[in-house]
Amino acid sequence: MKKIVFLFLAFSFFKTYVFAQKQEHVIPSVDIKKLDGSTFNTENIKNDGKPMIIDFWATWCSPCKAELNAIAEDYADWQKETGVVLYAVSIDDARNVDKVAPYVNGKGWEYVVLSDVNGDFKRAMNVNNVPHVFVINGNREIVYQQNSAAPGDDKKLYEIVKKLAKGEKIN
Amino acid sequence: MKLESIHIKVGLLLVLVVVTQKIFAQNLNTGEIHGNFQLDAQYYNPDSAIGAQAVPEKFLMNSFTNLIYTNGDFTAGVRFESYLNTMLGFDPRYVGTGFPYKYASFNRDNFSITIGNYYEQFGSGLIFRSYEERGLGFDNAMEGVRVKYTLMKGVHLKGIIGKQRYYFDKGAGIVRGFDGEIALNELVKGFEEKKTKVFLGGSFVSKYQVDQDPIYVLPENVGAWAGRVKLNRGGWAIYSEYANKINDPSSVNNYIYKKGGGLLINTSYSQKGFGINLSGKVIDNMNFRSDRTAQNNDLLINYLPALTRQHTYNLAATIYPYATQPNGEMAYQGDITYTIKKGSKLGGKYGTTVLINYAAANGLDTTKLASGLGYKADYSKLGAVYYKDFNVEIQKKVSKPLKFTLFYANFVYNKDVAQGKVNEGIVYANIEVLEFTYKFNDKHALRMEFQGLQTKQDHGDWATIVAEYTISPKWFFSTVNQYNYGNHVKAERLLYPIGQIGFIKNSTRVTLGYGRQRAGIFCIGGICRVVPASNGATISISSSF
Repeated sequence: MKKIVFLFLAFSFFKTYVFAQKQEHVIPSVDIKKLDGSTFNTENIKNDGKPMIIDFWATWCSPCKAELNAIAEDYADWQKETGVVLYAVSIDDARNVDKVAPYVNGKGWEYVVLSDVNGDFKRAMNVNNVPHVFVINGNREIVYQQNSAAPGDDKKLYEIVKKLAKGEKIN
Repeated sequence: MKLESIHIKVGLLLVLVVVTQKIFAQNLNTGEIHGNFQLDAQYYNPDSAIGAQAVPEKFLMNSFTNLIYTNGDFTAGVRFESYLNTMLGFDPRYVGTGFPYKYASFNRDNFSITIGNYYEQFGSGLIFRSYEERGLGFDNAMEGVRVKYTLMKGVHLKGIIGKQRYYFDKGAGIVRGFDGEIALNELVKGFEEKKTKVFLGGSFVSKYQVDQDPIYVLPENVGAWAGRVKLNRGGWAIYSEYANKINDPSSVNNYIYKKGGGLLINTSYSQKGFGINLSGKVIDNMNFRSDRTAQNNDLLINYLPALTRQHTYNLAATIYPYATQPNGEMAYQGDITYTIKKGSKLGGKYGTTVLINYAAANGLDTTKLASGLGYKADYSKLGAVYYKDFNVEIQKKVSKPLKFTLFYANFVYNKDVAQGKVNEGIVYANIEVLEFTYKFNDKHALRMEFQGLQTKQDHGDWATIVAEYTISPKWFFSTVNQYNYGNHVKAERLLYPIGQIGFIKNSTRVTLGYGRQRAGIFCIGGICRVVPASNGATISISSSF
């Protein structure tokens, strides 16, 4: 009975706060690390009112890398046209974390790369598994997310980023 | 329960819901609730050819839901888990339903307190890491209290106390710990702009478990400490951590009274288009658990990463996987990423990336001792071969629609050590993969993998063909066909076909599958899960909101 009460309460909360509310979903504040080892609070994920992408990936995740490599080819154009900044959050743990910087530089990525070594930011963002990509508007609100990466998905992401940059509505 | 009392209870519940909604709607109307959901289920067919036994329930399901409530500085969350009943390949002690994870935390100024369950890691985890790998059924969440405090700019302190999760229960021991980390460049005035960045850290962890052993005197408090340093300058980075543990007799080290130790060193250099990484470690008697009788993956306090490449191609990743041997191991690894420039002869129009990796793990060179210390290790020598892996990968984009990858690996695999078998000996295997992706247009793409594995030992040769057709951003269709054509036992030269259809709508993904799953070992980081062979229909749903 206790469990039913709890579930019911949880659900009613959920209903009240998710459905009754405006669509805002702000980036939570969690301490993770930059690649140089310094502490970085995710409150500092911002871009002067311009759109952002947060892409959760790992060195062992092939579709993640395929998508980030595809975006890397056009990233300079994306930045020029929309001012977008991509935060690539690696969830590699102690086994692979020291391979992140060599891979990122070896591939020549220009993204802001962060390291979430024990999954704290991943949990706070409700990410089940990688790849998981978020598009964030200038007010730091999540406006789109996708839990997969297939060839061509980068185009879809960029369409949303372009709309945001122009101040158009998503959907 | 009588009908009357149910009525009263339901009535009370409704009143409660209305009241709470009214109250919270007024006071907490800026709060947000978000979460995620995952469900994996399978309908099992018996299949005697592959050794898949009939499942009495026929249908098994694992699922979990996380809910996180945030309001300014306050966060609270729960996870509801259900195993009805546990799917094959997961520990059957996960059974039934419950809320094994619940917490509240408060952050203000430089202070953060969490009560209830939490995950935490000190340094690289050599003496403390509490984490989850849901896909493997691994979860050693702490239940207790954690305090984090930023003493001043560049000085971060953490304190933890609690018991560890043990399926739907908690472990016997109490784990206490403290960690401090200093970013020297932020702390010391005038160092902010220095090119060399220095980080220092130290931690202490102790576990308490009562000694009720009738014969031996076992330490009730076992302490471990670790120190670490990280240096960066330009493209260079060096990380090292050293850990030590007092004597900790347990069932996994055969109750010896030897001290434990571990050393991890990692050096890397990178510049645009080139990255290299060299690492080495020594692990000696570092099994650290909050219950001295715990086995397998239960109640681990620390994390000892394997220094080997985490493979992604199926035959390379799941037939001969390797995890650190916590009782003793010496390992080293080298890893190079090099991108040949666009426009050059070898680079072609889009550039070519070459990845080279070599990893080796050996046992310690030990001498048995008659005393309770168990053995003595000589670190100047390598012990028995546990694992060797040399692999090369070439990635090339040929034209706008076409790219391919060539992969080769050579494994030397000590099956007795890595999989806890007896007298199966060393396996020598070669693996080759050709993968290509062809984009028909901005939405439609076909990806194929042709994989081969050859070995004279174990189950002999394998071939795998993967075909995946995707329609961005909503659909995918895939087939995986594995064929154990070189099995020494003719009757076991079997085909394992699996078909899958996936539908993705934003952050929700639904996958339906049908086929034969071969027995295998699935590992992430240092933890592995043995999956038995099965045959049947699967469904998987994953969603974030």
